Order: sequence, then C-alpha cells, then structure tokens
Amino acid sequence: MAIYRLARSRTITRFLKTKICPFENIHERFITPNHSLFDAYSSYKTLAADFTRKPHELWDKTANILAFRRFESARAGEQAEAVAYTDDDDDDENQEQDPHDVVQAIDFPGGRVTFTPQIKFISESTDKRVPCYRVLDDDGYPIPGSRFEQVDKETAVKMYKSMVTLQIMDHIFYEAQRQGRISFYMTSMGEEAVNIATAAALSPDDIILPQYREPGILLWRGFTIEEFANQCFGTKNDSGKGRQMPVHYGSKKHNFVTVSSPIATQLPQAAGIAYSLKMDNKEACAVAFTGDGGTSEGDFHAGLNFAAVMEAPVLFICRNNGWAISTPISDQFRSDGVVVKGQAYGIRSVRIDGNDTLAVYSAIRAAREMVIREQKPILVEALTYRVGHHSTSDDSTKYRPLDEIEHWKTARNPLARFRKWVQRHGWWTDEEEAELRGSIRKQVMNAIQVADKTEKPSLKELFTDVYDRLPSNLQEQEKSLSETIKKHEQDFPADVPL
Amino acid sequence: MASSLRRVGRLGASINGGGRCLSGLSTGNEVLKSPQESGISKPINLFSAINQALHIALETDPRAYVFGEDVGFGGVFRCTTGLADRFGKRRVFNTPLCEQGIVGFAIGLAAMGNRAIAEIQFADYIFPAFDQIVNEAAKFRYRSGNQFNCGGLTIRAPYGAVGHGGHYHSQSPEAFFCHVPGIKVVIPRSPQQAKGLLLSSIRDPNPVVFFEPKWLYRLAVEEVPEKDYMLPLSEAEVIREGSDITLVGWGAQLSVMEQACVEAEKDGISCELIDLKTLIPWDKETVEASVNKTGRLLVSHEAPVTGGFGAEIAASIVERCFLRLEAPVSRVCGLDTPFPLVFEPFYLPTKNKILDAIKSTVNY
Repeated sequence: MAIYRLARSRTITRFLKTKICPFENIHERFITPNHSLFDAYSSYKTLAADFTRKPHELWDKTANILAFRRFESARAGEQAEAVAYTDDDDDDENQEQDPHDVVQAIDFPGGRVTFTPQIKFISESTDKRVPCYRVLDDDGYPIPGSRFEQVDKETAVKMYKSMVTLQIMDHIFYEAQRQGRISFYMTSMGEEAVNIATAAALSPDDIILPQYREPGILLWRGFTIEEFANQCFGTKNDSGKGRQMPVHYGSKKHNFVTVSSPIATQLPQAAGIAYSLKMDNKEACAVAFTGDGGTSEGDFHAGLNFAAVMEAPVLFICRNNGWAISTPISDQFRSDGVVVKGQAYGIRSVRIDGNDTLAVYSAIRAAREMVIREQKPILVEALTYRVGHHSTSDDSTKYRPLDEIEHWKTARNPLARFRKWVQRHGWWTDEEEAELRGSIRKQVMNAIQVADKTEKPSLKELFTDVYDRLPSNLQEQEKSLSETIKKHEQDFPADVPL
Repeated sequence: MASSLRRVGRLGASINGGGRCLSGLSTGNEVLKSPQESGISKPINLFSAINQALHIALETDPRAYVFGEDVGFGGVFRCTTGLADRFGKRRVFNTPLCEQGIVGFAIGLAAMGNRAIAEIQFADYIFPAFDQIVNEAAKFRYRSGNQFNCGGLTIRAPYGAVGHGGHYHSQSPEAFFCHVPGIKVVIPRSPQQAKGLLLSSIRDPNPVVFFEPKWLYRLAVEEVPEKDYMLPLSEAEVIREGSDITLVGWGAQLSVMEQACVEAEKDGISCELIDLKTLIPWDKETVEASVNKTGRLLVSHEAPVTGGFGAEIAASIVERCFLRLEAPVSRVCGLDTPFPLVFEPFYLPTKNKILDAIKSTVNY
C-alpha cells in the first residue's frame, strides 16, 4: 500500500470548495422559502445531476494538482465532498501551521485518506440529535417557514378519509378478535399517518415489502374492506387461501408482497426486487418497511448494505414507534435512533415526524424521486408511537405507563392534527365526519358479518402451492387424509369444504 | 379450535390426576439433586414450572444469566416473570431483536464459564441463529480440541401448534437440530418434567436446545416439587406400559398419543407409550427393549413426516429389531406442507389418525 506525500495548500482547499460549492448551494436553495418544495427539489436535481456528471473530472484535476496516485478502484467521484472536508478539516486546530507543510495520505480503495498524528476517535454521538422534519404543529398549523408539498383538496380529503377508515377498521377487527370471531389481530393505531401518507406519496407501481403494520398502503391502493375481512377470517375469498394468521395480507395486483411474520427478512429481498426494477428500467422502486426492533436484525444490515452496494432503488422506511413488543428503544440501540445508521452504509437518510401527515407525504415524495432518479437507496426514519398493544396477544400496560399511551393517543394523534389542517381549509366538516364514520362503521360491520358466514377455502388448498404442482408425497398424504376424514368426520371443522 | 383446546386441557388433567406417568420422581428415575422424599409440591402450570427452574438456576449459580427478547418484563409467555426484579437487570435482561445476536452473545458468555440461558421467543424465529448454533455452538469444543467449550449454553424456545399460530407461531423444528452433532435437544411433556429437564439442561456441560411445548404453557397443570431437582438427559421414560405396540413421542404430542392409547385399550389393544425427552443423544435402548417386547412401533410428531426425527427412530429400530418386528414402523406426523392456519386440524397428527395407525399396525 503506497503512501504518498502531498502538499497541502489553502489554495487547493479553496479550489476544491469552489468546485464543490454547487452542492452547498443546493442545500441552501432547498430550504429557500420562496420555492415550493418541488421546485427546490427540481433545481436540486438539476444541480445534483450536473454535479454527479463532473466528479471524475473534478477528481482528476484535483488529483493532478495534489500529485498523488491512487487505486483504480478508488475512482469514487462521490468522494469529492470528503476531499473538501479532509483538506480543511484541521484548519481550526492548526491555524498557526504553515499552510504549505506536508501531510501524508494513503490512497485507499474508496478514496484518499489523510493521516493524522493524533488518536482521534469519531464520537459515538453528535451533540445534537438529528432534527426531525415536520410541517404541522400539534394543533395542525403549518410551522412558519416549513417547506412541504402542496396537497390539493382531493388528495387531502382522500388521505384523511383513509386514515379514518383504517382507524375504524382497526377498532372493529380488534373487537372481533376479542369476541373470538377471528384468531388474532394487530392494529396500526397511532401510525395511520405513516401508513396513509406514505401510500399517497408513492406510485402504485412501487413494490411494497411490508412488515405487518402497514395495511393502510393496501387500503390506499384499493384493497377493499371485504378483502381485509376475508383475510382475517381466512375465508375462501382470501387470496392467501386461509393459510396465514390474520393481518398477513398480500395482493399481487396492488404490488404488495404478502406479509411474513419474521422481522426484517424483507429488507434484503427489497434490494433484490429493486435491482430487478433497475435492470428493467422501471420508473418504480421497492419500498421496505421495518420497525425500530427490526433494525437490530442481521437482515437490516444485509438489506441496507446490499441496496447501497448494488445501487438498488429501495426506499427503506423505519417506523420507529418506540416499542418492539415490550422492548423500549433504549434496549434496542444506543445510536441516535435509526436515521444515523444510513450514513454508515453510504445511504442518504432523513428523520421525519411520522404523525404529521404532510411531513410524511412531502418527505416520502422527495425521497422517492431521489431513489428513482439516482437509482440508489434512501432510509427514512419516521418517529411515531404504537398506541395499541403489539397484538391481541399482548397487554402493553404491563410494561409502559398509561399516561404515555394516552399522551400519544390524544395530544399527538395524527388524525386529529391533520383533520384540523383539512378543516381549516374548508375541505371537511363535522357533518361529513359523522357521516363518514357512520358509513365506514357500517361497511366494516357488514364485511365482518359476511366473512364470518363465508366458508373456508376448500381442503385441496392445504396441499396446493407448496410447489408449483403436487409432488407424489403430497398426493399420497392427500389421499390418506381424505380416508381419515371419511372415518372421522367429527374431528374436522365443518366450514372447510372437502 | 376451542374443542381441541378443551381436549388437551382435559387430557392434561387426566394425566396429572393419574399420578402414574408424569412423575419421573415416583418411578425412581430421579437423579434429583437433593432427593427429599416428601418435598413440598404445588399444582402449577408449565410456564410457572419453567419460571421456577429459572429462579433456581439463577439462585444457585451466580454465574447464570437469562436473556432474550422481552425477557425483562417477564416474557411474552410469562416464563421469566419476577427474574429481573429478583436478580437484577445485569443478569436478566432484554436483548435487541436479533436471534443471531442472542445466540452468539450466549456462546461467548458460556465460553467464559457462565451459564447462558438464552430465550428465542418462538422456535419459528430460531433460524437467523442457525449458523451460530450449528457452526459455532455445536463445534466450539470439537474444533478447539476441547480447549474451549460453550457447554454452559442453553437455548430455550417455545415450539409447536397452539391452535391459531399459522406458519410462524407453530413449527416444530427439532429435526434440524437433531442433525447436528455437538448439541443436545430436549423437549419436556409436562410441568414437572419441564422443571427437572430444564435444570439438567442448564447444568449439563454441553450446549442444549430446549424446546417448550407452548400449547401446554397454561393448559398442563401438575404437582411440581418446589425444591431444586433435575431429571436425567438422554433417558427415555415408559409412561404407559403395554404389550401390543410401542408408541414413541415427545412434548405436547404425548398427550394426544396417550388419548389414542386409552381408546385403543377399549378395543383390547395394549399400548406402551414412551417419552423420549432427549432427542439427541437419544435413548435407543429403552425403545429397543420395548419394541422387542411388543414387536411393533409407532412414532408420532407434529413436524412434517419427511425428514422428521421419527425417520431416525424408525431406521434405528429396524436395524436393531428387524427380526422381531411384526409390522412396518408407523409414522403419524405433520403433513409435508407449511404449517397452515385454517387447515391446522387437518395438518396435525390427531388422536384418531394415531388410533387408526395403531389398529392397522397391530392387525398388519
């Protein structure tokens, strides 16, 4: 490994800064209040594209000036920013140092690394936590100066109605489980904004790899209340053929990959799905969900690293809702949440207020645009709260204070906050609210009653789909089972057609 | 579903009330650490028996640790209730949600001479830790020429059907682990067994995977001595004597098999029922002796029949008792499908499936 000496000069640093400054300007423009977000974003795109075309050129010039050699594999133009950083890094500490003195650097795969005579540890945390992007305050007023995507009446009302639908569906299905009509349920209570605003900001072509608390995406995409009910009751009309526990939805036509209970397994798969979209030049991305707990799984690491290295267009969305069943985030990680994990993988990331519908909508739209335009992954950390129990098998009052739950349920309620904003625009009235709630309630109750009476999938579905066709061992077992049923009909549920 | 729940519940009660089969204590099998003849016993369920064992393990060994997902507040099945309060959060703690991390951490802890009692929340979720178990825990001693070992490691995981668990809360993955030299696999059938076998597993100088029948956590209730006792590993137990056919099983399936034995008796068939308890290394001699007596063998487990541990038992017994066998070895097991939700009653090796197999084997 060759080590090269290079002359460090303020002139060079200045030169680099000049070359790199468009990037800084972009950030400034990004937050300039005079632009709508999309405009700001477009200019960012233009500039960023301009920038990304040039780095090799820039790097070559820099390299010539600095007169050091490097590995071919180190041709990472993206490192230009790091070069600028490295070169003026010591300025503050070494003001009196001769600007023309000589520092050592190593040309290492990934880019030039300068040597330092000091043992300098990177801090385990920053002084300030990464800020959280927010548009609406708790009372639903836009925060002065906040940049957000303009939402028209139709979209705003549809988002709000969908959130209400999700909430009512959750309440009634939860009660149905309590009455023993379905075997299990998980609500999305408190996380309606992440569900719905994310769905609204995506394209229907984007492929969703859900964890299990994202039914709102399906709802937005047109999965009907009857379809939800059929899955939860495992009826013959469940597209999953009654094989999985309730809330394990899946819908090919809605680009929603069927839920699997294991955590974070979806993340590396998302990288593969996204890579295929990239190879097929699709104007779509993969969107993979995880919770705060899921970030601890090995698959989280695998998924993010693969997406970064393969430059796969994946939008990773972490619903950091504070609790993984009973495990608080303080027992889950010691980093500043999840958002900071992106950088270690070379993935751009953003932290957003997951209970702010407009913030989620704006951030996901911007993130999706970048993912698709740049064909690279992005990590979004949405701060939210699991207002409900983990599932119907859980009683969360055993491990978390009631007032904490109550606070998030009321003061930080995402529906209430968004409703205030929508109503202030004159797009929604109390009468419409009452009417909507009544009609959704009726629709859900009706769907449940119908599903409850609908027979289960026929018994042959026990054996199909294990493989593309029935192998001989399963043919044999099907035959043997059918003989058992003839002899002992009373042992088997009557609502499964034979 | 509800009817199967009740069925198992009744059976649990009848087994317990019978006082015949469940207590290795009364049949002299005990290698009790401190075998007091009349220790205080109380009727408790299986999760409470596990909980008692964990209290004793932590109390008797200051180098014992209990950890896993949600363990701090008592665990999703309440098995770790009260442990963190009593022994402190440095010995009983929540881990991040990462099975490979839990087992890898546990191996490291055990390698330093500690008793690492790790919980995997459901056996269905043990697979991210498969590498750590198969390539690391199982070979730690062997690959180092016995310079290192992680014998203090015990991995607890609830397994098996529960009536509504679907694909990912129902599986019985014991056979995967039975294919791995270097670890032991133990599965208890009742509260009293669970306590004694878990304490033996924790104190055994080899890594043990201990699967707990989650359907029985609340349903199975029996008298469990409050004292510290251990039940021997790798010793099967004849829990019902008979002369016409030998039935071999483990865990929750034994209660279903017991019902089939009772039914068969009404038809004049005398069944011998054996609880294997430890799947590897398993007690071939007890099974062999029984089959030499009865001339017939039936094995039953919830896991899919193909490649299940029943296949290993069948092959070994055919090797040892070929000339004595009067019928092919019968296997009544789960189907070769993923564990289904709605179709669970069809998938499972039910009492009547076993009864039919008993009859056809005896009448072969």
